[in-house]
Amino acid sequence: MQQTPKKLVVIGNGMAPGRVLERLFEAQPDAYQVTIFNAEPRVNYDRIMLSPVLSGEKAYEDIIIHNEDWYAEHRVKLHKGRRIAAIDRDAKSVTAEDGTTAAYDTLLIATGSSPFVIPVRGHDLPGVVTYRDLDDVETMLAAAKRGGRAVVIGGGLLGLEAAAGLKAQGMDVTVLHLMPTLMERQLDTAAGYLLERAIAERGIEVITKANTHAILGEDQVNGVKLDDGTEIACDLVCMAVGIKPAAQIAADAGLEIGRGIIVSDTMQTSDPDIFAVGECVEHNGMCYGLVAPLYEMAAVIADRLCGGTSEYKGSVTSAKLKVTGIDLFSAGDFAEGDDREEIVLRDATGGIYKRLVLRDDRIIGVVLYGDTADGAWFFRMLKDGTDISAMRDTLIFGQNYQGGEPLDPMAAVAALPDDAEVCGCNGVCKSRITGKITELGLTTLDDVRAHTKASASCGSCTGLVEQLMALTLGDAYNPMAVQPMCGCTDLGHDDVRRLIKAKSLKTIPAVMQELEWKTSCGCAKCRPALNYYLVCDWPDEYADDYQSRFINERAHANIQKDGTYSVVPRMWGGQTSAAELRAIADVVDKFDIPTVKVTGGQRIDMLGIKKEDLPAVWADLGKAGFVSGHAYAKGLRTVKTCVGTDWCRFGTQDSTGLGVRIEKFMWGSWTPAKVKMAVSGCPRNCAEATCKDVGVVCVDSGYEIHFAGAAGLDIKGTEILGLVKTEDEALEHIAALTQMYREQGRYLERIYKWAKRIGYDEVRRQIMDDAERRRAYYDRFVFSQKFAQVDPWAERAQDEPKPDHFAEYRPLADLSRMQEAAE
Amino acid sequence: MTGNLHWVAVGQITDVPLRGARCVVTRIGKIGVFRTSDGEVYAIEDHCPHKGGPLSQGIVHDASVTCPLHNWVISLETGQVQGADEGRVKTIPVRIENDQIILGLESAQVGKAGRAA
Ligand SMILES: Cc1cc2nc3c(=O)[nH]c(=O)nc-3n(C[C@H](O)[C@H](O)[C@H](O)COP(=O)(O)OP(=O)(O)OC[C@H]3O[C@@H](n4cnc5c(N)ncnc54)[C@H](O)[C@@H]3O)c2cc1C
Ligand code: SF4
Ligand code: SF4
Ligand code: FES
Repeated sequence: MQQTPKKLVVIGNGMAPGRVLERLFEAQPDAYQVTIFNAEPRVNYDRIMLSPVLSGEKAYEDIIIHNEDWYAEHRVKLHKGRRIAAIDRDAKSVTAEDGTTAAYDTLLIATGSSPFVIPVRGHDLPGVVTYRDLDDVETMLAAAKRGGRAVVIGGGLLGLEAAAGLKAQGMDVTVLHLMPTLMERQLDTAAGYLLERAIAERGIEVITKANTHAILGEDQVNGVKLDDGTEIACDLVCMAVGIKPAAQIAADAGLEIGRGIIVSDTMQTSDPDIFAVGECVEHNGMCYGLVAPLYEMAAVIADRLCGGTSEYKGSVTSAKLKVTGIDLFSAGDFAEGDDREEIVLRDATGGIYKRLVLRDDRIIGVVLYGDTADGAWFFRMLKDGTDISAMRDTLIFGQNYQGGEPLDPMAAVAALPDDAEVCGCNGVCKSRITGKITELGLTTLDDVRAHTKASASCGSCTGLVEQLMALTLGDAYNPMAVQPMCGCTDLGHDDVRRLIKAKSLKTIPAVMQELEWKTSCGCAKCRPALNYYLVCDWPDEYADDYQSRFINERAHANIQKDGTYSVVPRMWGGQTSAAELRAIADVVDKFDIPTVKVTGGQRIDMLGIKKEDLPAVWADLGKAGFVSGHAYAKGLRTVKTCVGTDWCRFGTQDSTGLGVRIEKFMWGSWTPAKVKMAVSGCPRNCAEATCKDVGVVCVDSGYEIHFAGAAGLDIKGTEILGLVKTEDEALEHIAALTQMYREQGRYLERIYKWAKRIGYDEVRRQIMDDAERRRAYYDRFVFSQKFAQVDPWAERAQDEPKPDHFAEYRPLADLSRMQEAAE
Repeated sequence: MTGNLHWVAVGQITDVPLRGARCVVTRIGKIGVFRTSDGEVYAIEDHCPHKGGPLSQGIVHDASVTCPLHNWVISLETGQVQGADEGRVKTIPVRIENDQIILGLESAQVGKAGRAA
């Protein structure tokens, strides 16, 4: 007979209880009926990863740990946005602020901690935030949209991450730090300066010895005043000065409290039916502010809930600064003392600083700056209490320098015991990783992260996880599973795109510098890609680099096999007129153009034009009202139409009119690869809209929008995006879809490949179902069009072209007719 | 050989865009004149060893150019095709004097009128 499950109530839904439940459900899925109250109105997410969300490198969706399905699957009742106001230990029940109650057999308190707010004047003004949860991040992101200056109070890990994030979002940022150097507990003065310099190089101002006197402003913050009288004008203040365990409700319920809720080695509070876990806990005089210890506690609680006898004995912690491009790792104890020795390695030019604190030939503290590759190795010895006297002389140089021969790191990894902890953040041991790799046939780092959570949080164990993969998979492991853009970098297209945004890189040299390109100025693969990404991401700021475009886009015509060019003027929606045709005929005669051809996109192509003649050809075409047809562009090429209700007896809508409207609205936009569209007036589909990048099939009830078709190297029918009622809606959806593709596509990746990669449903979700997001894409498209809709032919056909344009079409010199050699 | 070269000024350094190229028309085909990101000027035959693509229309990177037709990469210093493909184009000697680009050409390229410098 199955027992009735016991009632487990959890207060708080952070990372710590999330881990307790995971472990519990793994061991005994049906033992407890679980109810969670969470003051935050959302599911459990990876709080550690808020910094990448703030900097724009990740989205909230990317950092969710347990989605709605997970709660449903485990029949967990999650009360989102309900804060527990009181615990009644006699009745064994809890009551939320809104009156909801729940009875428990066992209670788990996991209220985490609250950010400390310095009680100076003005601390409660709008515009003053702390840095703790998604709401804070959203407040900061909203403020960053308006621009201006942010002051971050506190130069610790959290403060620096906040500063880097706000900077990446385009704000000017000042960090105020109370002590003379940054992270003074971990770094000595010189290393503190290294860090300060690296922060300053990111354009972030750091003021040390800065004691905040008051926050200024009437009904909105407008500045910060320091004790020395300095005033800094600002629009946002972020306080990141520390945390205190959230123990009030436990105190109110009469539980034993110190700084946090006091627990014994069994993780029980002074009431044996009540456990506590996470940052709200005080164990053996210690409160923790990092996830690794919380996970160790979680394992003990899960075991206890299942009737086990494990005990928690305290944790040693390590931390890593998560600011892209600054590597900082610290672990253990750095306080000075007579019984301690230090080994320090300093390489100022290399920007490297390493410090080991030793006691009795054992490592008790590690600080690595600039090169953190050996962090996990040092940390393991620290935790294991390894005697290092034999390698003392070379210890600081790291794992690879040990022994007469360089130690094979693979051998070291192979030698790790199965239960060795590899990922401290997520408490994942070696055998779990290797087990999952074999069991599920995982081959990429992302898969391993997804299935084991190893290296999915702070990332400092990534190297170790990769070594484990290599070890387990042998030759089947290809660490380059992310295809690099080209030989000039190890980064893939997606990483480069993400970092361009996150780090506000706005020129090709800046990208190459910051992302450590291996060549001095790229190659013919990466330069056009980077140029496109920058054009797309910074439409108003980026100066197009024509020398990084393929010849067709540089010359605004299509190069042919003999070095001549072809020219295709735009015919909106494939419609033309007698006057236009006459002008074309005249140009063909005047310039002796050998071939005239009708293209597949309902245009007329003139082939075999000499490059020098191009500006004159365009001048003549321009007089007849023609603009560039962009037949050469990775951009909107053509919108093909049928005659629709104008003429066709089957027509249901004005397909020609819509096609012309789409083309007039979207011409000039650059895209990752060419985009061809079509509009058919009825499902007979004479414009062949169902094999286009984007197509519209008109029906009586409106416009059916299609996408992701192909009729080139690959053949593929389109997917249906959805049905909309009006032309305006059709236009908005198509522009939004195109913008989504523009922002996410890899250079030269056609829509059908991009859509397959990210999922057709995802595209539908963002464009059809999420009106706000669609509108945002649409607005960004409209904005970028302001800078894109300039006819390149008209610019180049002028009588006095810009020198660059002139240089493109004229030879530097013509010596063939030279009589007297000019010298 | 150099003794028989005709040194002909073809333009200012700044007439050639950085990381770009211009072509010079001669009696026997075109010459591509290239300027790299660090300002070096090179000249090679404007004729890809693969299928004759106009190299001056390619993308210039480091001291190489990628042919616009099928992406062969050619060294501007040696004229040698890079990577797995094989072939070579002729390089043309370049002198820079007072910011003028001066090419060392053979008689056939400039016709009889060219004078030896
Ligand atoms: C920006 C940032 C970066 C970080 N980076 C790192 C890092 O790199 N490495 C690392 O190890 N750690 C990092 N940390 C710390 C780490 O996130 C925390 O240690 C961990 O999330 C704490 O988990 P928890 O479950 O104890 O508490 P929390 O995650 O704080 O969860 C507590 C939850 O309980 C809710 N709650 C509180 N009171 C009540 C109540 N009365 N009723 C109902 N619900 C309540 C709160 O709303 C909250 O959602 C970072 C923290 C932040 C904020
Ligand atoms: S698609 Fe329909 S409306 Fe358009 S021409 Fe063909 S039959 Fe007529
Ligand atoms: S089908 Fe092939 S040969 Fe014909 S135009 Fe296209 S690329 Fe050239
Ligand atoms: S002609 Fe140059 S690569 Fe083919």
